[in-house]
Amino acid sequence: MAIVIEAEGLTKRFGGTRALAGVDISAESGQVLALLGPNGAGKTTIVRVLSTLLRPDSGRASICGYDVESEAVQVRQLIALTGQYASVDDELTGTENLIMICRLLGMSRTAARARAREMLGRFDLADAASRAVKTYSGGMRRRLDLAASLVGEPEVLFLDEPTTGLDPRGRSEMWHTIREVLAGGATVLLTTQYLEEADELADKIAVIDHGNVVASGTPTELKARIGSQTLQVRAADQTYTRQVADAVALVVGTRPDISADTGLVTSTINDPALLPAVVRLLDDLGIVAAELALRLPSLDEVFLTLTGHPADEDAEAPARDWRAA
Amino acid sequence: MTSQVTSAYADPVPPLTGPPGRPGREVRRRIGVGQALANGLTLAWRNVTQLKHSPEKLMDVTLMPIVFLVLFLYVFGGVVAGSTHAYLEILLPGLVGQMAMFASMGLGTALCEDIHKGVFDRFRSLPIARSSPLIGAVLGDTVRFLVVMVVLTAFGSALGFRFHTSPLAIIAAYALAYVFYMAICWVSVLVGLVAPSPETVQGISFIWTMPLVFGSSVLLSNTRTMPGWLQAWVKVNPVSHLADSVRALTIGGPVGDHVIYTLVWAAGIVIVAFPLAMRMYRRRV
Repeated sequence: MAIVIEAEGLTKRFGGTRALAGVDISAESGQVLALLGPNGAGKTTIVRVLSTLLRPDSGRASICGYDVESEAVQVRQLIALTGQYASVDDELTGTENLIMICRLLGMSRTAARARAREMLGRFDLADAASRAVKTYSGGMRRRLDLAASLVGEPEVLFLDEPTTGLDPRGRSEMWHTIREVLAGGATVLLTTQYLEEADELADKIAVIDHGNVVASGTPTELKARIGSQTLQVRAADQTYTRQVADAVALVVGTRPDISADTGLVTSTINDPALLPAVVRLLDDLGIVAAELALRLPSLDEVFLTLTGHPADEDAEAPARDWRAA
Repeated sequence: MTSQVTSAYADPVPPLTGPPGRPGREVRRRIGVGQALANGLTLAWRNVTQLKHSPEKLMDVTLMPIVFLVLFLYVFGGVVAGSTHAYLEILLPGLVGQMAMFASMGLGTALCEDIHKGVFDRFRSLPIARSSPLIGAVLGDTVRFLVVMVVLTAFGSALGFRFHTSPLAIIAAYALAYVFYMAICWVSVLVGLVAPSPETVQGISFIWTMPLVFGSSVLLSNTRTMPGWLQAWVKVNPVSHLADSVRALTIGGPVGDHVIYTLVWAAGIVIVAFPLAMRMYRRRV
């Protein structure tokens, strides 16, 4: 299968900060590659190099076989970028934003207007079409941003943290939208801080830490390496928290953690089949659970397992700061 | 996964030339001048549309000519020309030059703000000419020029200013001011790209515009009372040449070589400022 996104040994420094320390990634045609890592890991810097916005200090990268440095003109005809900070124009309406992009891509006035209307309808923004973007909600802005990226039907789509800052509802709406886009068959590079998001959307995950790829594989392979999942149970009536903890301990075999504030009982399990066992036991005991969930490990837990240290939240690389470039 | 099915279809035998993974679509190798201009016009449309949505951004260019005209006219009128009416004939054509300078200052701030948002990232990842966003910003600023000149001329006429020349000469006067304005906008663009933040743009702009605007024949056509060094500066200052050209073209008198000098200056400014601005743009954005 043809390699569409390829990077070899990418390095980049911003002053004293090493943002990329020799990154190798690749994605095949039609694949969704997720870069998973905390803030400042270098995800955005990788996207900026691959989308021709930033020159690497060393290493090479190509899109559909075109070098991102020496053949940037060609690369830009094949890619679309949806930025971490939604890069739509606040002061224009949704329609005007899309018409502008269509016109920049060489469409006629009539074609641009028709395409803008079509995309706004497709991304559920028809009602807000003639409103200034500054009045949009976070989720609407992201959808417009995504629509703007897709008007040119790119071969390769970069989604830089498409759901960061969205509430859970906005996030699941955005996932739904992204999944529709993926069905179109474009090759996608997605960056995210959430394993759950990578698991939902990606064919392949590369875990990034301090400018390095520390692990990569399919979501299944990666989850197998991390192993555990988290079981969370909370009694509807918190006076039963003790009994819930006992029930979990009985099924899982180890004492769970109990949050005194929220009454949330948390236990690490390796076998998903334990969840129904807990449900049955609670049912037998007549305890009603207000919350009962099996969660994928958080980014912190992933990092602890893969790198031996927790995700370093404050190692913010100044990737978007042009002064550093 | 659906993506694998799709890619099985989308991935025919690789073409004989070039590495595998090249898409079926046509890919151009370079971007022509025609496209750069078309892109520039689209981005100018963006700037004009922004102004349409927030007309308050034109407040400065609306009020500036009124305030300056009233202040200079009534503060200096009696002393400089004996009467405010006589001074208005000298002052208004001069203010055409001054307003062209001041109106261009807003562009630097706007551009600096734009760059700090994510919009320029999108522009730079699109297959458009590198220079298009800057060309668009400068062309879009035509609106500010139009507003400042219409307000200045209308308010001046209300105070008693009258043209003494042919319509063609009057059009030539404003056209010359526009050409100079477009040129000086590139200096403003350069400042907007050099300044570390939008707040500092205005401070820097004042430093370079003040000597040009006030060390000129904008306020007085007679510069003989000035010290020699200042006279020398006034003589080479392009804003003086613009003011003197506009004066001759609107109220009469010999045009001399002022128009030529103004055009030569405008061309010189663009030749120096445009490549510098492009260089800063490549480096900083």
